[in-house]
Amino acid sequence: MTEQLLKINQLSKSYGAISACENICFDLYPGQVLGIVGESGSGKSTLLNAIAGHLNIDSGEIIYVDPQGNTQNINQLPEIKRRWLMRTEWGFVQQNPRDGLLMKVSAGGNIAARLLDTGWRNYGKIRETATYWLEQVEIESKRIDDLPSTFSGGMQQRLQLARVLVTQPRLILMDEPTGGLDVSVQARLLDLLRSLVRNFHLSVIIVTHDLGVVRLLSHRLIVMQKGKVVESGLTDQVLDDPQHPYTQLLVSATLTP
Amino acid sequence: MNCSLKIENLHKSFTLHQQGGINFSVLQGISLSLNPGECLVLSGASGTGKSTLIRCIYGNYRIDCGSVWVKHESDWVDLPQLLPHQLLAVRQKTIGYVSQFLRVIPRVPALRVAAEPLLEMGIDVEIAYSRIQQLFTRLNLPERLWNLSPTTFSGGEKQRVNLARALAVNYPILLLDEPTSALDVTNRQVVMELLEERRRGGCAMIGIFHDQELSSIQTTQFQIYP
Repeated sequence: MTEQLLKINQLSKSYGAISACENICFDLYPGQVLGIVGESGSGKSTLLNAIAGHLNIDSGEIIYVDPQGNTQNINQLPEIKRRWLMRTEWGFVQQNPRDGLLMKVSAGGNIAARLLDTGWRNYGKIRETATYWLEQVEIESKRIDDLPSTFSGGMQQRLQLARVLVTQPRLILMDEPTGGLDVSVQARLLDLLRSLVRNFHLSVIIVTHDLGVVRLLSHRLIVMQKGKVVESGLTDQVLDDPQHPYTQLLVSATLTP
Repeated sequence: MNCSLKIENLHKSFTLHQQGGINFSVLQGISLSLNPGECLVLSGASGTGKSTLIRCIYGNYRIDCGSVWVKHESDWVDLPQLLPHQLLAVRQKTIGYVSQFLRVIPRVPALRVAAEPLLEMGIDVEIAYSRIQQLFTRLNLPERLWNLSPTTFSGGEKQRVNLARALAVNYPILLLDEPTSALDVTNRQVVMELLEERRRGGCAMIGIFHDQELSSIQTTQFQIYP
């Protein structure tokens, strides 16, 4: 398992005079969770959205290695292919589940959406698959016909995961997935994410400002400040032996119960 | 090389940017080698860098210079030179580490916390759980605790979960940072017997222990000077 899944080369993006991402480089390997931390405005969400193709980058490359071993330059892919990728081999989990779910469609319908997009037509099979994924994210299958608005925040977030996981993606991008959840719900989601990563050999890029979350979830860590990567390494290295002044500040400012 | 681990001229210092950028040097030119079946006990006064050395070997701390050669599968690798995913592979198969503290996700039961390294290796859940249950039994961890989260456990109970976690995998190298500090005399004895069995089986170990624990295990000493 030494072949990269994703290679980011000198990615830059600015908003006018403000440089949101400057020469960002990193590799992601299969089965790995990469955390991106930094304070608000450090450029971490811009980076995630740039990788997801939600915004255009100024320069640099985003190289994806597909299951056949072919490399694809994401920002040079035709729009239609990029959208296809985001619906199949990639997935995006929003901080606010209401942004990632169809709120007027049942839980089962939400999970089925990506299947319908990719050509599934057999109703029985779709329902069976939706039920399976509901169970994988620990939602009772009898809730399949309920609207997401009748779910708690933690359940909505898990439904959003199921909605993405249904096409068995290889790469999932997550923007503060545990933000806004109370701590006990957060713990449950973290535990679930860990099992899913292991059982389905997922690669994940997770943006968060919560060092506790990355400590428990991510293998590797990137620390961003003012659009630049100031430190990177294995999560325990960065958190236990931070080198950069900014990382030392972040770690020392964290409350550990 | 017939040894399992070879450290050459390891230096480690810390710079505290939040405290005026002071720099202090902890390890200055440590060299040692460790053979299979050897248990090397680190000694030295408090603050001489015993834990720091163990963390440097595990790659938890990044070193200033030097080498940490380890035999991983059939190759020799220099840990500080490895890419993150390569170091993860070494930790998964070759080097086990018992830290002083156990870090866990709040709601995960002890059984699964301890079984995690086995599950990461792709071992079947049933087999992994039964191996952990055997270890828990041997370590006298009461069965009523097995399905509870260790967050509420006492220090000694947490330490035994941590030990079971590391001892469940047959690592060729074990790093032990005061693995018995929170245990009573009986359980210390159990742990030291387990470690002695491992040593006889060819496991190479580096550890920090208290003197009174060392009667039941054959050791060599390594003194760290300030």
